[in-house]
Formats: sequence, structure tokens, C-alpha cells
Amino acid sequence: MNKETAVIRVRDLVKKFGKFTANDKLCFDVYEGEIFGFLGANGAGKTTALRILCGLSLPTSGEISVAGLDLYSNRERIKKRIGYMSQKFSLYEDLKVYENIRLYAGIYGLSRKEIKQRTDELLETLELEAVRNKRIAELPLGWRQKLAFSVAIIHRPRIVFLDEPTGGVDPITRRQFWDMIYQASRDGITVFVTTHYMDEAEYCDRVCIMEAGRIDAIGTPTELMEEYKAENMDEVFIRIAR
Amino acid sequence: MRTIIHLLQKEFIQIFRNRFMLPIIFVMPIVQMVVLVFAATLEMKNIEMIVVDKDLSEVSRRMTAKFGGSPFFNVKSFTFSIEEAEDFLRANEADIVLHIPRGFEKDLMRENQAKVQLLIDAVNATTAGLSNAYASNVLRDFNEQIIIENFGPVSQGMERVNIRYSFWYNPDLNYKIYMLPGILVILVTLIGMMLTALNLVREKELGTAEQINVTPIRKYQFIIGKLLPFWVIALFELSFGLLVGKILFHLPMEGSIALLFLFASLYLLVALSIGLFLSVISNSQIQVMFLMFFFFITFVLMAGIFTPAESMPDWAIRVNTINPLAYFIRVIRMILLKGSGFADISGEFFALGLYATVMMSLATWRYRKAA
Amino acid sequence: MKRFRGFVIKEFNHILRDFRTLLILFGLPAIQLLIFGYVVSNELKDIHIAIFDQSRDRITRDIANKIISSEYFIFDGYLDNTHEIDEKFREGKIKQVIIFEPGFGENLMREKSADIQLIADASDANTANLVVSYTSAIIQDYMMDLRKNAGAKMQIIPEIRMMYNENMAGAYMFVPGVMALILMIVSALMTSITITREKETGTMETLLVSPLKPIQIVIGKVTPYIILSFFNAVTIVAMGYFVFGLPVQGSLSLLLLECLLFISVALSLGIFISTIVETQQMAMFFSMMILMLPTILLSGFIFPVENMPEVLQWVSHIVPAKYFIIIVKSIMLKGTGMAFVWKETLVLVFMMLFFIGNSVRRFKIRLE
Repeated sequence: MNKETAVIRVRDLVKKFGKFTANDKLCFDVYEGEIFGFLGANGAGKTTALRILCGLSLPTSGEISVAGLDLYSNRERIKKRIGYMSQKFSLYEDLKVYENIRLYAGIYGLSRKEIKQRTDELLETLELEAVRNKRIAELPLGWRQKLAFSVAIIHRPRIVFLDEPTGGVDPITRRQFWDMIYQASRDGITVFVTTHYMDEAEYCDRVCIMEAGRIDAIGTPTELMEEYKAENMDEVFIRIAR
Repeated sequence: MRTIIHLLQKEFIQIFRNRFMLPIIFVMPIVQMVVLVFAATLEMKNIEMIVVDKDLSEVSRRMTAKFGGSPFFNVKSFTFSIEEAEDFLRANEADIVLHIPRGFEKDLMRENQAKVQLLIDAVNATTAGLSNAYASNVLRDFNEQIIIENFGPVSQGMERVNIRYSFWYNPDLNYKIYMLPGILVILVTLIGMMLTALNLVREKELGTAEQINVTPIRKYQFIIGKLLPFWVIALFELSFGLLVGKILFHLPMEGSIALLFLFASLYLLVALSIGLFLSVISNSQIQVMFLMFFFFITFVLMAGIFTPAESMPDWAIRVNTINPLAYFIRVIRMILLKGSGFADISGEFFALGLYATVMMSLATWRYRKAA
Repeated sequence: MKRFRGFVIKEFNHILRDFRTLLILFGLPAIQLLIFGYVVSNELKDIHIAIFDQSRDRITRDIANKIISSEYFIFDGYLDNTHEIDEKFREGKIKQVIIFEPGFGENLMREKSADIQLIADASDANTANLVVSYTSAIIQDYMMDLRKNAGAKMQIIPEIRMMYNENMAGAYMFVPGVMALILMIVSALMTSITITREKETGTMETLLVSPLKPIQIVIGKVTPYIILSFFNAVTIVAMGYFVFGLPVQGSLSLLLLECLLFISVALSLGIFISTIVETQQMAMFFSMMILMLPTILLSGFIFPVENMPEVLQWVSHIVPAKYFIIIVKSIMLKGTGMAFVWKETLVLVFMMLFFIGNSVRRFKIRLE
């Protein structure tokens, strides 16, 4: 982790939907190469913030830069440097595994040779070669999630945004999924992940806890546990919520 | 460019993989065209007639027989009561009542004129008008016949005009060759517009649109990717329908087919970008469907496909300047049936060109990668 | 029952909350009726014609004037030769050319016979037929007057009474048709989409495990739409009465009951469609593709069924709108009662039972 370079810089981010304030003056940095966890209950404003950083939603105000570029003036250029996986499964179910990979790799402008090479690599790592010609609809949920993650980083982005990636997945697959996240991190990809599973917070390098649109705490899991005199992140969260 | 190719590849795979949709897209429209084209006729035959002959004279009997012998009329029943005859009209069992009052023959001989009454079911004003015209013709012929019998062919008051008809471009009054292009265009447009309109909104609902939105794809690339596949399918469908029409109905193709396809390409661009625009501004398939339903039915019924566009009120004709279907229906019929050339339809060409540009820009502009 | 009522209310709120859908459900049918009531008509009006008069005498001018002054035609000028005809037709504006032979008036007076030729652009056979019929009727009328003035003998004078529609208003024909079209498609489309939507999003499964019976679920989903569609039907009848001057000669309550029956047929057809297809997209294609054109063309909405080839008349028997249009015309315009429309009513009831029965059967198979 390189504390010198912040790949995401957020100052006073505000997002309002009419009168409702979903994000209230958020300030944080995400450093290159780290796994940054965004924690909070449902409706705390995690997804809203993440969607703004991905360029899917426009902020009401605030200074934001992603991957070294100002969000307001470079939204489309930023998109080349980031990957995204939404909480709703979003690969094409009626396309085959390799067709989905080819499509996204193609959209990110990879050459034919690169597409072929990365598809093979990816399927090998995921041990999905056998289902290469199967439609996504035929795969079990856990496999689909892993595939969706791999597709999100097919173009080797600097940052990948994961929105509740492990929702509804069994514990074993969740474990495997986190192995993949670590691998991506080792490959130099910064990971920005939202979750409401508190145990997952402990897998992150640093976490940020949100509640009702505001950031309540930010730091490494160890720092937070010390600060709130808690045994684990669950307790931290309960103390903050109180 | 390569991005667009990837998008097109994806759309085509999805379309051709859907076993259920393929027959609906390619077979159903052609079947409907072939069957329904027979329905669109105003040609009258078997006008059901009830005769109330209270005169029961030689002349009245001959008059009734004259109606019976006409190809248009079918004398269904006789009665002596007007009320009973009206009941036939009311029960939709007859279309017209011929009432010959008592003393008809006597009046005709002595007073030199006599009245007959025709009661016509006029709920459908058009067919009532035609029934009236045909019935009057039969009466006139009969009248002339008895005058000639009594006074000879060249007498005072026997001036006669011989009206000869010629029906150009379609001497047999074959309504099918006129309706076929109309019905085909309706079906092709419906398929093209629905596929386009539903596709994007469906991706929004499924969440796949969002995944595309975080990629650096350009808006115009995306719009082309959503437009082109259905444009190709619609054009293919149009050609297929024309071919079937040519083979089964001997659809004439007087004008240049190249010109026709030039127009068709432009027209489909307009129709499909309207579909795309509707889906860009909608959030759910239900919404886009009802918007589609509204615009499409309005376009169809105003385009003059089944009813003559010239007879519409002025405001409707003005509204038709934004009805792409009205332009194309006019043009396809002119090219196919009359052999009109580019000069005859250049106005429509430039109007559609402008329309296509506007609609595509509008769809691209309103498409938001971020909300 | 209480649970069921709660479910219906939930469905209702669900629909009413979405303003856009509401606008579409109520606004669009009303607007459409307004547009089509004025626009969709086979009546002839403002047809452009040209005249090639090789005689230019008093009689040809009289005849021409009589034709031009009728509301059917607009005079676009005299032609100088026959070559211009093709050119004019190709431009597409002029639909008929009337040719008087040279010396027309003289021939008529001396030889008691003269020739007129009507050339129609028959690429539209239906319109050409009307144009020619109307033109010759005008000419014959003129001749009739001429003879009468000359003291003709033995004239049969037809007295025409246009029953149920003295002013020959086109709306009498088209309002019932538009009503059938809108009710049919909107109702069938709405139900088939809402139910497949539940299937697609998986919420149907949730409902199925609830203590509600499947039939209750379906009825619960459909009841709000019956009420909404009925409201639409009432709006259309009211607009027909107030805007287009269609009378309601027969019993209004019978008319409304028949509307309710027709809506139920359309909704049960929608349910039936939803048991066949899996996705909303398919439901829409199915409803639009299968219902739209047959409802327009085979129902007697624009083209009378009696004129169609026999085979199509047979096919038209399965189009619900056909029966509804007959019923509406009979009750509204002809003032008849159940005695005259019981057959059509029975067919609609039978259709409804058929769709519901088959839906229930297919639904059960799915559950097992």
C-alpha cells in the first residue's frame, strides 16, 4: 500500500435526491493498491457514493477525483481506468460465458489477440473452462458472481468498485470470492468494496463506516477495534450505531 | 468501430438465440399479411334486401326481379309489414328494405311518376352510401327499360349519358395489391419499433444497462448498437414480405426497387429511433409499451392505410406531417403501383431525412449514462 | 377473504402510485378516441379531381359545376390533353379525371346520348370505387333533373331513408370500433404484462407460497384492471355521446354490462397469454402482434365482415371484438335489447370461460 498516492480523493461530497440527503459531506481518500471497505446498514448511502465515483450518478456538490482525474471534467476517461460490479447480477444471461467476456473486453478496446489470451487465462484461473460454452443462465449463482468480478477487471483497471458483491452467496463461495479480491489487490488493482457483512470488514485494509448518509468512522480494522474497545468489527458497528 | 461491431454481434446472438421470438419476428407477420390482406375490402356483394311489395303488380314484381338479378343484391325475404322489415334491419339480418307502396303501378302509368322507398341501415355510412348508389342504379336501369318498352328509344326526355369507367394502374380493382404494402409496412414497423423500444428498457430493468454505462463506450456507439440490428431485421422482413407479395399476389413493382429501399432505409431509421427515444425516456417495459401502443396505433390509423388520407380533416393532415408512417405508405404505394420516380417523391425524401436526423439526435442526447 | 381484500387494495395502490402509467391508462384512450373519431372514416371528402372537357358547352359546365360543388371533390383545374393524366396521377394528388367527349351537349340533345369517361387512379381500389360511384351518382342526378324538366314520362322516384344515422355520420361506425380496439388491447396487454412481470421478477413465487389460493392471486391482480378498464369504457361511451353525438337508444345499463363482459373477455385472454409466455417482452409481442391487426381488420371496425371472402368470415368468428361491435351498435344505435344480442353475448361468455378454464388448467400444471 502506498500512502503517498490517493487514487480516490473525496472532499465534501453531497448528494441529494429532492429533499433527502443521501450523502452528507463525505471526505475520504483511498490509497493505491489497498482494499477499501465501505460499511453500513442498508440505506446508509454506500451504494449512492459508489455510483457517483463510477460516474453512474452525478454528485450534487463536492470535490472528487478518481484515478488521478477530476470527476466532473473526465467522467468518460475515468471509466477506462475503473471496473465495476453491481449488486444486481449484470452479465447477459442469454449469452455464453465466453461471449460475455468477449463483449466486455471488446468494449474496453482490447485487441482480438488480447481478448483470446485473457479469456483463456481467466477461465483457467476460475476453473471454468468446462462451462466456456454454457449460457450464464445455466450457471449457479456463486460461479456467476466470480465470473462477473473477473469480467469487471478484464481490462486491468486501476480501481475496481464492488457493490455488495457477496450478497446471497454461500460462505464457501464468499471465501473464494475474497481470495479473488486479494489476488486482484496483489496484481496492483485498488479495490473499493461495499458490504453490510461486518466479518468481511476484517478482510479489508481500511474501512469506512457510514450511517444515515454520514461517515462515522474511518481507519484500519485494528485501529477501529482499539478505538471502540471492541473484540471484533461487529461490536465496533454496534457501538457506533448506539 | 470495433466497439460497435462487438455490440452488434451481441445483439444478433441474443435475437437469434431466442427460440420463442424468432417465429414471432419472422413468421407471424408474413402469415398475418397473407391472411389479413383479404379483409381490407369495401367491395360490396350480397347486400341483403327485404322486399315489402304492397302493390303486387306486374311492374313491382319485375322491379323486384331486377334487384334479384343484380350481382350486388340478394333478395332475402318478402313481407307485407314495414315493422317486420325494420326488425330485420335491427337484428342485423338485412341491409336494405325496398318498399313498394300500394298503387305504384297505377301512379306510374297515370301520373307519370311513382315513388318507391328504400330504407338503408346507415350505421356504416360508407356502405350505406354505396348501397344507395347501387340501388339507384338498378332502379334507373329498370326505369329506362320500361320507358323504352312503352315509348321507344328516342323520345322526349330520354337523354342518356353513357358513363364509362377506366381504373388506371389497377383495372381489376384488386384491393389486395393496395392493402398488401400497407399491412406489410404496419407489421415491419411494429416489429422493428417494438424490438428497439423494449430492448434498451429491458436492459435497464435487468441491470445490464448499468454495466455498459460504466464502460468508456460513447453514446453514439451505444445508440448505433441498439438501432442497427433491428434496422437490418426490419429491412430483411420488408424484403421478405415484398417477395411473398410478388409471388402470391403478383404485387406490381412498377418503379425502381432501389429507390424503394432507399426510402425504406430512411423510414425505418425514423421509426426505430422513435422507438429508441421512447425507451430512453421510460423506466419500465410497461411504460414503454403503452407509449408505443399509443403512438403506433395513432400513426397506423392516421396514415391512410385503410381509410383515404385525403378525406381527413385539415388538422389531421397537418398532424400527419409528423407521422412517418404516412410518408412511407404514400411513397411505397406510389413507387410500387404507379412507378413514381424520385422527382415525384423528393418532398417526402427530404422530410424523412430531416426527421431521421432529429430523432436520432434526440435519442442520443436524451440517453444518459449517469442519472 | 379479509386477506384477499388486503391483497386487492395493495395491487390497486401499486397501480395508482405510478402517475405515468395512470396517465397512459386514462389519458391515451380518451385522446385516441378523439383523434380517431374525427379521422378514421371511409367517407369521401375533398378528393382532388381534374376535368378534360373537349366540348365546353353549357351542359358540360353544368355537370362539372354540380360535381365540383359537392363536398366530395375539389377541382384542381382543366387538362388540355390526355397525356397529362398519367403525369398528374403519378404526382399522387389527383385521384380522378373526368373526360367529356367533343360535342357533348349537341350529341345529348340530338341523339339523346353522350359519353363521359371517368378515369380513376385505382391504385387504391376501395377509394377509386367510391369516387367513381359518387361521381356517376351526381351525373345521373343531373340527368334526372334534366329529364324531369323536359317533361319525362313514367319516372320512378326513389325515396331514400338512412335508418339509425340520418346524417350519415362516420362516427357511428368508428366509435364502437375504436372502443373495442382500445378496450381489447389495453386490457389484454395490461394483464398479460403484470402477471408475466411477477413471474419474471420472481415475486410470483412469493405470492404462491403465501396462504392465498392461486385463483385468488389472479383475481386479485385482475380486479383493479377490471375497474380501471370499466372506467375507460364509461369515458368512451360518454365521449361518444357528448362529443360525437352518438345516441344511446337502448338500455344504458345493458350497454355497460356488455362492456364489462367484453373487458372480462379481454382480461381473461390476457391471463391466458401470460400462462403461455415467460417474459414481459414475449407477452407484449404476443398481445400486440396477435391482437392488433385482427381486431382492426376482422372485427368489422373498418371493413364490413360480410364483404370478406368466406374463409376470412370464418376466421372472424374467433375475434371477440367482432361480437362486441355488433352488440354496441345494436344497443346504442338501433335501440335493441337482449332479445337481439343474446347470441353475441353468449359467444363472449363462452370465450371468457374458455380462456379462464384453460388458464387455470395451465396454471395447475405449472404448479405440479
